[in-house]
Amino acid sequence: MKAIIATTICGIILMFTGVMVNNKKSVSTIAALLFAGLLGINVWDLVTTSVDDPGKNLFFNDMLRIDHFSTWFNTVMTGCTLIYVLLLGKEIRKVGAHVAEYFALIFFILCGLYLLSGYNNLLMMFIGIEILSIPQYILAGSDKRNLKSSEAALKYFLMGSFSTGIMLMGITLLYGAARSFELMNIAAMLSADGLNPMALAGIMFIMVALAFKVSAAPMHMWTPDVYDGAPTPFTAFMATVVKAAAFMAFLRLFQTSFSNLSGHWTLVLAIITAATLLIGNVTAVFQQSVKRMLAYSSIAQAGFMLFAVLAVNNFAWQGILIYAIAYSVATIGMFAVLMKLKDYTYDGFNGLAKKDPLLAFAASIFIFSLAGIPLTGGFIAKYYMLLAVAQQGQLMWLIIFALLMAAISVYYYFRVIIAMYFKQGTPELSSPVTGGDRFMLILTCALVILLGIAPQLFLNKV
Amino acid sequence: MVLILLILVPLLSGVLSFAIGNNGAKTLAIISSMITLILSAWVSGANYSDVVSYSQEWIPRLGTRIDLLADGMSSMLCLLTGIVTLVVMLSNANKEVERPGAFYGHMLLAQAGLMGVFLSVDALLFYVFWELALIPVYFLCSQWGGEKRIPVTFKFFVYTFVGSLMLLAALIYISLQNPGMSSYSWAEIVRAGSSLPASQQQWLFWLVFIAFAIKMPIFPFHTWQPDTYEQSPTPVTIILSALMVKMGLFAVLRWLLPTLPLGVAYWGNTVIVLSVIGIVYASLLAMVQTDIKRLIAYSSIAHMGLMCAVAFNYSVVGMHGVMVQMFNHGINITGMWLIVSMIEDRWGTRDMSRLGGMAVTAPRMAVAFVLIAFANIALPLTNGFVGEFMLFNGLFYGDGTAPRIATMAIGGLGVILGAAYTLKMVQRTTWGNAVEMNNAKDLSINEYAGIAIIICVILYLGIYPRPLLDLTASVIAQ
Repeated sequence: MKAIIATTICGIILMFTGVMVNNKKSVSTIAALLFAGLLGINVWDLVTTSVDDPGKNLFFNDMLRIDHFSTWFNTVMTGCTLIYVLLLGKEIRKVGAHVAEYFALIFFILCGLYLLSGYNNLLMMFIGIEILSIPQYILAGSDKRNLKSSEAALKYFLMGSFSTGIMLMGITLLYGAARSFELMNIAAMLSADGLNPMALAGIMFIMVALAFKVSAAPMHMWTPDVYDGAPTPFTAFMATVVKAAAFMAFLRLFQTSFSNLSGHWTLVLAIITAATLLIGNVTAVFQQSVKRMLAYSSIAQAGFMLFAVLAVNNFAWQGILIYAIAYSVATIGMFAVLMKLKDYTYDGFNGLAKKDPLLAFAASIFIFSLAGIPLTGGFIAKYYMLLAVAQQGQLMWLIIFALLMAAISVYYYFRVIIAMYFKQGTPELSSPVTGGDRFMLILTCALVILLGIAPQLFLNKV
Repeated sequence: MVLILLILVPLLSGVLSFAIGNNGAKTLAIISSMITLILSAWVSGANYSDVVSYSQEWIPRLGTRIDLLADGMSSMLCLLTGIVTLVVMLSNANKEVERPGAFYGHMLLAQAGLMGVFLSVDALLFYVFWELALIPVYFLCSQWGGEKRIPVTFKFFVYTFVGSLMLLAALIYISLQNPGMSSYSWAEIVRAGSSLPASQQQWLFWLVFIAFAIKMPIFPFHTWQPDTYEQSPTPVTIILSALMVKMGLFAVLRWLLPTLPLGVAYWGNTVIVLSVIGIVYASLLAMVQTDIKRLIAYSSIAHMGLMCAVAFNYSVVGMHGVMVQMFNHGINITGMWLIVSMIEDRWGTRDMSRLGGMAVTAPRMAVAFVLIAFANIALPLTNGFVGEFMLFNGLFYGDGTAPRIATMAIGGLGVILGAAYTLKMVQRTTWGNAVEMNNAKDLSINEYAGIAIIICVILYLGIYPRPLLDLTASVIAQ
């Protein structure tokens, strides 16, 4: 609860900082300090919500539930954001003039994330999703003089508005069927009422809208254009932490409220998952730009994360947590390496291992994690997801399909490694790699490997 | 404790080798592989009295543990890994490789992965090492290999990675049959797998078998192999063909046969037929090769095919033979590759038609080559004879339903063809018109050391195979 208030205050502080402080560098230092402080407040929250007493952790007329899981999720995601700010702070400064506002918007996005990890009411979910989305529209278009950036922002905004409308429609239908916005009540009403066509229509509308937010096929069309057009540092954030938050919302709603009706929506969602995996992986193979490849890979990874929603069991919660961390850290790291290069195509990576061994080494660790090679976080995360669905039974075909897709993903991920290590070339760096960058990259690599070796460290609170 | 050291010593010295870069990496690699060899010899020695094991918690939530166990078969393969790695390092000692820090680092990491595969008795841990052994070899082939190395090794990597993923799917499915999902230990997996109904075991069998068959490789999953062997630098070819290939067969014996007995019973004959086809096909292809590296690559497919056929034709003596032959084949093929690499260094070609007269120009090398070739075609008094004799016994006395005479006859044909192409190769390189060497030298000291170890093992186990038989006998008893 403290964290939600703190993040809003931090955002407002930064907006004033933007007026008072003109030096970009000191603005980003202040922002980094505030993010570190926010992480501290999250940890404080984590320590103080030690009892899982159902009465005590509800806020705002039972609209928000702040329990162990949600505070832990908030903490790790804030940690990921801190890593993001430290790794990419320099790149964020380069985007435009209003640096303080960019950081303020990121704080507001985090506020949305905190609401989504703990909502107990459909209205709160809606508010959370809007708080999460609107700053993103602005961030996507923050490079005002770039036509592609403006196009991305407009496209994202229009499509996002449509999906919001669809979601509202779904919530309305659901309210008509269940006569409540509260998650537990909906669950109780839906199972008592038996099959209600209105409720089912509501579930499908909400599913489509959420699938849009997590860029699942066939609602993924906006993703490559927006990710490609938006300024790269913000793409990195949208594709990782924000996506994890959307998944949290998806998972919480479907596990708490709709799990009784899982027989009615599992097949639809399974097909969406399969389509997401197929389109994400197969299209990624044909990309020439690593940035666009990462956009499609984020669709493919979303396919894997959907596994958590499909599996109605405890493994799903642990799995989404591990997956969110592993995927976010590796992708942020990969973007950090990418932005050090001038040329974003595969050829731009040629010979990087000779030019800067550490950069290439870090990139290969991130690639291994994304591809799901053992001893990295990505492997454990994928394994958790597969296990969660396998426990569900019946969906063995989806598991085998997902593994086939994982094999395809090796093709486009390893092209980066082939370029870096086995091809000749002299890649041009866009900015020199400083000691601080190296330190952060090593730290991020260590985190990826730690996740793969000792995942229980990150699951103790679940 | 000593088992975890078997993995940690090469792992840490591999990482260290990356760190120290180019000075001293070679020395470090030799020292590290000596320590590993001593450790593995100690484990094998201790195995006569009791089984060495190590157990520690890893990821409690998934129920997976770091469970290592060295029975006769695993300690034998660890010993093989120790010997082969040391021989490779020694015989490479007088050569300069590009970026030695990275090269030896990858070699040592691959060794750590192999040790892990041979020692793990926890299925998830086994899978982790199975993958871990692959990655460094992929880097080695693609960075230090021949001209066409990038596409060829990428094919190799994707091939084996797909296999691994199928294995993973089967592993998840089997572990879920365990009520409560508490453990991946060997005993639990075997119990869960063998209690599945036959219909499920039959499709699970293929998921697992293909993963292992790609590694071995068994016809028709072998297409990556000759190209990869040809394009890899020789030290890596040795690691691949002497050790990594054994991973597949080892995994069949350790995991597949006990876990899915009904699946194996149902598909066993199909596998035997595939293996026998592979023997003849690979032997015929070996006959027409002119590049000696490709010739040996095909001969390796034939040898592995024979071992695989016997493994699926249940019999005590056959199983025993497979284990013994795994060791022997590893030793012999290492010897063959060493000679090939020496030939390539000295004459700058691997084309048989442009070679000849080694007996005149480099007599010591020629003697070594002839000896190793004899072991490879299993002449009596070499180690190959003992293993091959037991293999054929196994083919004949098996409990399987495969037609004995036919498999025996075709398998025997493979041996005859094997003698034919191996002797042809020896003849064309050793005798005939002498071709001048680039830099006239017979064996150098470090090459002597490597070759001497190989020949000692060949002759010792050819004359007195008892230690090897005893070491693996305890596994057969189970």
